[in-house]
Amino acid sequence: MSIVSIEQVPAPKEIARSRLNRWDSPWLNPKLIAGFVLVMSVVLLGVIGPFFWDVTQARVASAPLNLPPIWVKDPPAIFPDPDPAHPLGTESNGRDMLALLMAAAPGTLRVGLIAAGLGMTIGILLGFSAGFLGGWWDALVRTIADAVITIPSLAVLIVISAFVRQIDLTNMALLLALFAWPGPTRLIRAQVLSLRERGYVQMARISGASTLDIMFKEMMPNLLPYLAASFSGNVSANILAATALEALGLGPTRIPTLGMTIFYSIRAASILRGMWWWWGFPILLLILIFTGLFLITVGLDEIANPRLRGVQAG
Amino acid sequence: MGGLTKEYLIKRLGMFLLTVWLGMTLIFIIPRLAPGDPITAMVSRMSAQSGRVENSDQIIAAWRERFGLDAPWYIQYGRYLGNLATFNLGYSLAYFPAEVEDMVARSMPWTLGLLSLATLMSFVLGNTVGALLAWRRTPNLAKALLPVSLTFTSIPAFMLGILLVYTFAFGLRWFPFAGAFARGLQPGPSWEFIKSVIYHGTLPALAIVVTTMGFWALGMRGMMVTTTGEDYMILAEAKGLRPSRIFWLYGVRNAILPQITALALTLGSIAGGSVIVEYIFTYPGMGYLLYEGIVNTDYTLIQGVVYFLIVGVSLAVLIIDLLYPLIDPRISYQKK
Repeated sequence: MSIVSIEQVPAPKEIARSRLNRWDSPWLNPKLIAGFVLVMSVVLLGVIGPFFWDVTQARVASAPLNLPPIWVKDPPAIFPDPDPAHPLGTESNGRDMLALLMAAAPGTLRVGLIAAGLGMTIGILLGFSAGFLGGWWDALVRTIADAVITIPSLAVLIVISAFVRQIDLTNMALLLALFAWPGPTRLIRAQVLSLRERGYVQMARISGASTLDIMFKEMMPNLLPYLAASFSGNVSANILAATALEALGLGPTRIPTLGMTIFYSIRAASILRGMWWWWGFPILLLILIFTGLFLITVGLDEIANPRLRGVQAG
Repeated sequence: MGGLTKEYLIKRLGMFLLTVWLGMTLIFIIPRLAPGDPITAMVSRMSAQSGRVENSDQIIAAWRERFGLDAPWYIQYGRYLGNLATFNLGYSLAYFPAEVEDMVARSMPWTLGLLSLATLMSFVLGNTVGALLAWRRTPNLAKALLPVSLTFTSIPAFMLGILLVYTFAFGLRWFPFAGAFARGLQPGPSWEFIKSVIYHGTLPALAIVVTTMGFWALGMRGMMVTTTGEDYMILAEAKGLRPSRIFWLYGVRNAILPQITALALTLGSIAGGSVIVEYIFTYPGMGYLLYEGIVNTDYTLIQGVVYFLIVGVSLAVLIIDLLYPLIDPRISYQKK
């Protein structure tokens, strides 16, 4: 009898495979995937685009002025007729819009990634150490994080970049990182505080695991979805701040960015002149980026907090 | 209750001062890490823009004296903090002899009005939507339609602002392009003026509300899910209380508390975002003043506006913090 009952239990491998067959992994979250696709489409535009399109047309005066996109029929008399050589049109400084977008998108993404990466790294170090060590260090980290988080960071960044003026992408990312760390720090600290009382962490402690081992081998894997959600939210916030600075004309001036395109377009009164393609395309790309990152964040949140998944179904 | 103790008050006040000090210190330190003398650079930029700067030597001398650039850094820093603490913000460089204080005072009411109204609306709407999304009894139709209101959540307010200007001001001509009230109207408590202000403020407020309410809705949804599982909710239902009463006074009442903390934490970024919104809509608030300062390289003006922004936001956070014990009686700051 006992032999029979053993045979009835499927082998662990089969369980795993049948789960996979049912697409049951929480990481196959539709929002996460959709967000990833959106962000990747912008990345690919910047990475693959230059192989198919002459990006040097993103320079001033490399194309005729004020061409509307090719699908515009009967443009207002003030604009020339669309030219197939410039499918998305051109702006008033003689830049080809398609080339401009390809040249500008990677920079925008890079600023967000660098700043958020720095912010996360600082956040992980401070958050873990504060939550784990407690005491005066915790009080200090918490107080400063709370103070920095309430500072209107964009306003401070505006002053700093207005004073400094000459700024490149990397320095801008460094500046943004000044305000990118308190969010992750608070989040990680709170999670660490709740995790350290869990059974398996206590177990590890009793077993004599070192503090670093507990931090990175026991706690870190459980924090990954939170960290990932926080990271993508952070990237989005930093791209927003970078774009806002650029849109005020305070960004890097040597290389094109999406925000700078918006700045030139607003300065040239393109809204009132009806040149929607000038500001519309960079905004469209940014909307793709922001929506994508947002979906990724929400998807990761649902992975980290299964209760949120239930709401959708119910 | 009576959760407000002297200790708590002092702690929150200390937090307020720390926030303002940190913000202003960053502004002091970081530009000084950049190479070059800021004053000479500024004057050369001014002459590059306008061809020739009158009395440029005097300007350099005046600035050197104002910032005491020849003094060691700690004396400069001490003077800087002293000036800020006494609200001595100096004269605008571009609109001399206008004082920065007066310029900020003139634009502050617009920002205050727009920002507080928009934030309040966004907070109320967003939290209601979020709570309804997590509520079992919400009609299915509403549950399907409510997420539509979150479409613009991830988009920065100023980008939606550009879209709104193009659609409703340029295309449909329903709303004005710029300004806070119609030209020729005397600001005053007349009905016509108020109507004009609302008319002009609709688009900027819309841009802020629509883009920020999703943040509240998502947070609220999460909190509501947690709250719905609590025992007192089941008990309330078992007692046969009206669903609306359970929803507002049992569910929302408890789920809203972390949201208020979140409000205090995000006020800074909301204020920062509205700076750009004002710039897009040429709304005569502090954000637009800041933009004017940037365009005219008016450093005293930029610094003054940002100082007031930081103080304002920190003050609002302080008020929320002090009100919190009243909202959540469970929290008592008295030592037991």
